[in-house]
Amino acid sequence: MASGIRDKVAILGMGCSKFGERWDKEADDLMVEAFEEALKDAGIEKNQIQAAWLATAIEEQHVGKSGIPLAQALRLPFIPVTRVENYCASGTEAFRGAVYAVASGACDIALALGVEKLKDTGYGGLPQRSRGALNSMFWANLSAPGSFAQLAAAYVAKHGCDAADLKHAMAHVSVKSHDNGTRNPKAHLQNKITVDTVMNAPMVAAPLGLFDCCGVSDGSACAIVTTPELAKSLGKSDIISVKALQLAVSNGLEAQHNSWDGSYFATTRIASRRAYEEAGITKPREQIDLIEVHDCFSVTELVTMEDLHISPEGGAIKDVLDGFYDADGALPCQIDGGLKCFGHPIGASGLRMIYEMYLQLLGRAGPRQRRQAPTFGLTHNLGGFPHQNVCSISIVGRHGA
Amino acid sequence: METGILAYGAYIPRRRLARKAIADANAWFNPALKGQAKAERSMCNWDEDAVTMAVEAARDCLTGLARDRIRAVQLASTSFPFEDRLNSGIVAQALNLGAEISSLDVGSSQRAATAGLAAALEGAAGGQALFLASEKRRTKAGSTLEMTSGDGAAALLIGSGKVVARFIGAHSRTVDFIDHYRGQGSAYDYVWEERWIRDEGYAKIVPATLAGLFKKSGIEPASIAHFCMPCTLGKVAASVAKKAGIPEGAVRDNLHAVCGETGTAHSLVMLADALAVAKPGERILVAGFGQGCDALLFEATAELQQLPPRKGVRGYLARRREETNYNRFLAFNELVTLERGMRAELDKQTALSTLYRKRDMILGLVGGRCGTCGTLQFPKTNVCVNPECNAFHTQTDHPFAEMSGKVNSHTADQLTYSPDPPAICGMVQFEGGGRLMTDFTDVDMAEVSVGMPMRMVFRIKDYDSQRGFTRYFWKATPAGAAKEA
Repeated sequence: MASGIRDKVAILGMGCSKFGERWDKEADDLMVEAFEEALKDAGIEKNQIQAAWLATAIEEQHVGKSGIPLAQALRLPFIPVTRVENYCASGTEAFRGAVYAVASGACDIALALGVEKLKDTGYGGLPQRSRGALNSMFWANLSAPGSFAQLAAAYVAKHGCDAADLKHAMAHVSVKSHDNGTRNPKAHLQNKITVDTVMNAPMVAAPLGLFDCCGVSDGSACAIVTTPELAKSLGKSDIISVKALQLAVSNGLEAQHNSWDGSYFATTRIASRRAYEEAGITKPREQIDLIEVHDCFSVTELVTMEDLHISPEGGAIKDVLDGFYDADGALPCQIDGGLKCFGHPIGASGLRMIYEMYLQLLGRAGPRQRRQAPTFGLTHNLGGFPHQNVCSISIVGRHGA
Repeated sequence: METGILAYGAYIPRRRLARKAIADANAWFNPALKGQAKAERSMCNWDEDAVTMAVEAARDCLTGLARDRIRAVQLASTSFPFEDRLNSGIVAQALNLGAEISSLDVGSSQRAATAGLAAALEGAAGGQALFLASEKRRTKAGSTLEMTSGDGAAALLIGSGKVVARFIGAHSRTVDFIDHYRGQGSAYDYVWEERWIRDEGYAKIVPATLAGLFKKSGIEPASIAHFCMPCTLGKVAASVAKKAGIPEGAVRDNLHAVCGETGTAHSLVMLADALAVAKPGERILVAGFGQGCDALLFEATAELQQLPPRKGVRGYLARRREETNYNRFLAFNELVTLERGMRAELDKQTALSTLYRKRDMILGLVGGRCGTCGTLQFPKTNVCVNPECNAFHTQTDHPFAEMSGKVNSHTADQLTYSPDPPAICGMVQFEGGGRLMTDFTDVDMAEVSVGMPMRMVFRIKDYDSQRGFTRYFWKATPAGAAKEA
């Protein structure tokens, strides 16, 4: 019987580049920037890393395929390097590969690095790209905001709430993340905005306006992982370990079977339940101290609060407007600014979230540090569309907690 | 058994361009356009062409009727989207008529439709044939043709048995009278002087043809109740009727005010319009002009009243949205070089081998029905999507095109490239099972809501301008909008 990943692997070091429009940098520059921070933090030599995982989602825009771009950027000594892609869950997927490698005993120290260099397309937003020979013939012509925006219509229809109330709560989500971004020097966006700014912004995909959407960024983040025992022997006293790593992938049910109403993420509900079980968490609303979720769009974050079983179904609007998820609230969400303001270099995003948890758990988050350092932090990625997606959940925390 | 028309249908696109918009934009150059700036013409949405309109007209024609006796599909047009790919074959696939049929494209003249119909009727012994005529004429900006043309299609199911209109006979004359022409490689027509066309063309060629038909059939001209003769030149149909001895009251409205002339399809559009009101025993005369003339004579029967209700010309005319933005018409018809943005640059190459393998799915909207649990699903796959079933290899073909659905979720996407932003799309859930995240068309953002009834329509998915390939798929459109018939 599988016992899960809880406390089997420790984070030895982490790094994260500045996110943003890095016009003067190539992907390899960003990888090196994140890696040097992590290596210094880990206190090891590069040649001690025995295996690596590289996450990129839209590799055709920058490094191309395979693990070679990472091996070349860091001049890794001919170790195994695997490139992973799983939509926006790619970063967490790379982390999962490295963590599982250590947990299996196949290696002692492994690297997970995510990178994305998206600002060379010539226009804002995600690149318009082919979906494959058959999919291109029948998939609806919709952008990322176009697919996620539909959550709102279905949510309003299901819960009978006022569309204006939902939009107002969505605005609060973005205003909160912008507030948090101002306390993060690595964030892409570090400016405050008001509810009026969000409400009056140009429409991208109704009801998502410009400020309901995260932008795309250049950036890289990475983690070096090992066993808790090795971490201690390498001099670490404050051990942060992995409590849960879960992934749920749509099998076509939401897209093709009428049991899904379009108002929630079926994958997130399943992945989060499994993650709590793996981490030994029974009351997430009370036990989780900090969350970083995939706020690609304000409505995604709002709905996700319910799918993580933290807000009751239909209760996210109230929790959001009550400030429950604000930086000074009971359970801060996106304390680093989130995708909305820290930025969204796709392959790096999952690792960036874990990076923030790691800093917060160690009390190293600077001006945005929670007064009482958290015990459990949860990160969540969502790649694809509400009707067919990949959801990843990680829970990290103090070793033994 | 009598041969003739078993059913009729039509299709007119929803958008109607105000002719004043054309005149306002172009009168600075050609002030004479102001004199024609009355009423409106139909115009295709960006995702419509002669093939998609033919499919809609055919579906209208086949409302409430079985399709399994159709043995031939013929499509007349001078604006085929493909010069070399059987356009009627695309229609046949979209209608799921199966491979055991013959197909024929008829073109090259404004009387392609009447000539083709006469030929089809004269050879109608071998089962039912679906005769379609559809036109989306390309016209130069600011031209008279732009003013007088409209886009549209008509469909006739022909064969023997319970005909709604008995075919009495046809007569043709072939004269190389070049009122206009379009040479190989040219996008637009080259037109000669109207007065000459009227006096030497219509006024001489049509009456001679009608006289031949009356002589051949022994029918008295005075017995004609409906005279369907397209002509955009003033009073020509009336003067031809007078010359031929047809009662003045029989001359039918050429739909200039509400639709415009739908090219080679127009004779049959007018015939479909006449069939919607014809009484049993009434005689209908149809003429088509172009390098000669065709004349076809029908007699309505009591079966007309037994035909299941359809939208027809008037039903589609009632489904109307006024267009006053001439720039949109220019952009839709590639008459102006619009900055479409970098997102429009995406390579849209179609893998023809994939399309062939999945032709039932893509062109026919055929999904699957699980033989174990009965769940309907799109697309048809190896493993049933029902989580309580998940059976392997149990699905049989299930056509979704005629199923009604409801909106489950929706948005108006301003970010993705669309020739007519925003791209409105959403999840449509079919009554009885199955769903599809799909593009919406002929819809206004403000009217969309969760639960709204939708029907599926065959449309252009996108266009590969690099290779000249039109990619078709099905989209959802409000079902309520076309109810008034």
